[in-house]
Amino acid sequence: MNHILPSLRLWIATLLICVLAYGAVVLGFAQTVAPFQANGSIIVQDGRPIGSRLIAQNFTQDRYFWPRPSAADYNGMGAMGSNLSPTSDKLKQRAAETVSRYAAAQDDPIPADLVAASGGGLDPHISLAGARYQAGRVAAARGLPVRSVEAVIDRLAFAPGGAFAPDRIVNVLELNMALDKLGR
Amino acid sequence: MLASLLTVALIVGGAALLSWPLGRFMAALFSGRYAKADILFARIAGSSKDQDWKAYSVALLVFNAVMFAFVFALLSLQHLLPLNPDGQGPASIHLIFNTTASFVTNTNLQHYSGESTWSYLAQLAGLMWLQFVSAATGIAALAALARGIAGHPSMGNFFIDLQRAAFCVLLPIALVVALSLAASGVPMTLEGAAQVTTLEGAAQTIARGPAAAFVAIKQLGTNGGGFFGPNSTHPFENPTLWANFIEMFAIIIIPMACVWMFGRMIGRIRHAGAIFGVMAALLLVKITAVIAFEATPSQAFADLPIEQNVGNLEGKELRLGATTGPLWAAITTSTSNGSVGAMHDSLNPLAGLVPMAGMWLNETFGGVGVGMINMFLYIIVAVFVAGMMVGRTPEYLGHRIEGREMRLAVLALISHPVLILGGTALFAATSWGVDTLANSGAHGFSEILYEFSSSAANNGSGFEGLGDNTAPWNWATGIVMLIGRYLPILVPLAIVGSLMAKRRSAESAGTLSVEGNTFGIMLLITILIFGALTFFPAAALGPIAEHVTLMR
Repeated sequence: MNHILPSLRLWIATLLICVLAYGAVVLGFAQTVAPFQANGSIIVQDGRPIGSRLIAQNFTQDRYFWPRPSAADYNGMGAMGSNLSPTSDKLKQRAAETVSRYAAAQDDPIPADLVAASGGGLDPHISLAGARYQAGRVAAARGLPVRSVEAVIDRLAFAPGGAFAPDRIVNVLELNMALDKLGR
Repeated sequence: MLASLLTVALIVGGAALLSWPLGRFMAALFSGRYAKADILFARIAGSSKDQDWKAYSVALLVFNAVMFAFVFALLSLQHLLPLNPDGQGPASIHLIFNTTASFVTNTNLQHYSGESTWSYLAQLAGLMWLQFVSAATGIAALAALARGIAGHPSMGNFFIDLQRAAFCVLLPIALVVALSLAASGVPMTLEGAAQVTTLEGAAQTIARGPAAAFVAIKQLGTNGGGFFGPNSTHPFENPTLWANFIEMFAIIIIPMACVWMFGRMIGRIRHAGAIFGVMAALLLVKITAVIAFEATPSQAFADLPIEQNVGNLEGKELRLGATTGPLWAAITTSTSNGSVGAMHDSLNPLAGLVPMAGMWLNETFGGVGVGMINMFLYIIVAVFVAGMMVGRTPEYLGHRIEGREMRLAVLALISHPVLILGGTALFAATSWGVDTLANSGAHGFSEILYEFSSSAANNGSGFEGLGDNTAPWNWATGIVMLIGRYLPILVPLAIVGSLMAKRRSAESAGTLSVEGNTFGIMLLITILIFGALTFFPAAALGPIAEHVTLMR
């Protein structure tokens, strides 16, 4: 078998170049050019890490904006989607529970993104409509005028891709941090 | 609507444009235009002898066996080795077999979540390494096939071809993609998971790792295996819309370039143009269908006070926009990539049919190298049928297609539905499959059908509700992936080997042209009849039944 020796030589060569050298270059570049992102976009507040800008964390109190539902229960070690079909009864039940948590009514329907679980269960964003929908609850819990909460939402909302994705979205963690800064 | 059109035009159109110069470069590379590099590669391999189809195939298999052995050992021993900051323990033997088979065969079917299963060393030196060399194996095989068809006396040297593909094609592009992804927010660190305390005071552990390097080659080599469980729906694998565009682009650029490379190497660029046209037409039909079907809001929300002014959002990420989930689904299953930008299990039933159709056809650009090889099989059949219809000796570029070639081509083509439908039937009828479903009824059947389609097509995506980390699933899909990989590579090499041994006739006015519309339509019809007739009954039992009975 005169193919074994070349195979072993290629094994070594590709490991050295495609894994060791390639990995080292990417690692060095990322840690130099974008160290914050390279280490997981971890936000530090008062010296304590409070979460990742890119990873949803759970919020349950009325004074905070709530993220989208998570099939992973916001577990950063076990991201997953619900994998339920639109025709599934389980999905219907889960949606009904979410609707009642928000006390949504026929004359005040809830934006769909607040009911639909994301692909990885860690989507850090909600839609602009989804944020505005919660503004009244958050403002009441904080004793703030709705207007000032909405002003924060508008300041932080952005279109993720210009003309390619014009629907504006808001990062929930950043929104809640901005509110905490606002006080009450 | 406008955003969707713009997105499709940018990704598909942009990749099509750039595939042209890349294809030209690859053709030059595999024709030995860069002699200095080839001398270096010959020195590294210690071998540069010309190989006939048998020697080339054996070399390919021996190197792939080394790939399998090394990664199987590495995954088995990961808990004893360094670079394991999160303390991942040993995995089950059937999961190790399945994962190794999956990455060796360029499938990247994943019956595990990376962040809770493999150490960083296993992910980098095992899985990421295979993402390079398995993709390079596919491209090498295409180069050999093209040389044979072009009438070269030999098929080249596998060890040189593999290095050309790995070092000169995959590595430089992967580097550009990885650096762009790192700049747009994909983590690249050897630190273990981050411990944080949330604003409400809860503890959250956030998995991270050397993802940027991994994601780049996962997209580029039509591999598709994610660093994290939910693949490119995970915010760390796909943090912004721009990262998403880069990743979608990376899925399709090399499969497209492979068509041009093939055309140039056989000296028939107009033939490649016809093939490219057929592939692009099928791809655009699938993209249009999946985006249209997915614009229907979720049936599950219909009777509830939920605003239904957006499409189906279950399993989708907001930052990636409304279009990219279904667009990604079409591209990733047309190319045998298998990464996902939205959860396929949660697609509307007919939208979920589109990825399955992509894997059944498996050559609308297809995997790097192997997509074009699959198409070669369809071309052989199309040319044969066309020749019979007009009563001429079937010829392909002056090569006479006879009984032996046809038998081999049909054997390879038939193996695909046999693996998919046979496996699906077995698991749908037994507790091996039935006990692992997340959804009931027709959708449950679709989960099984999807899993075998994905394995046989070496795609790797899944209807992930399926609880597939069981011994029966791991052994069965592991074997299906191995057969589904090597049969469609080795049989075409054998066909070309047989053609090479025959005297080649000159093309005349009476020869069926393999350029232009007549050939394109003939090829399209061959693909559709093969695909539609074989898989329609299964489609009717799964997604179509679900749509007809449950969607209003």
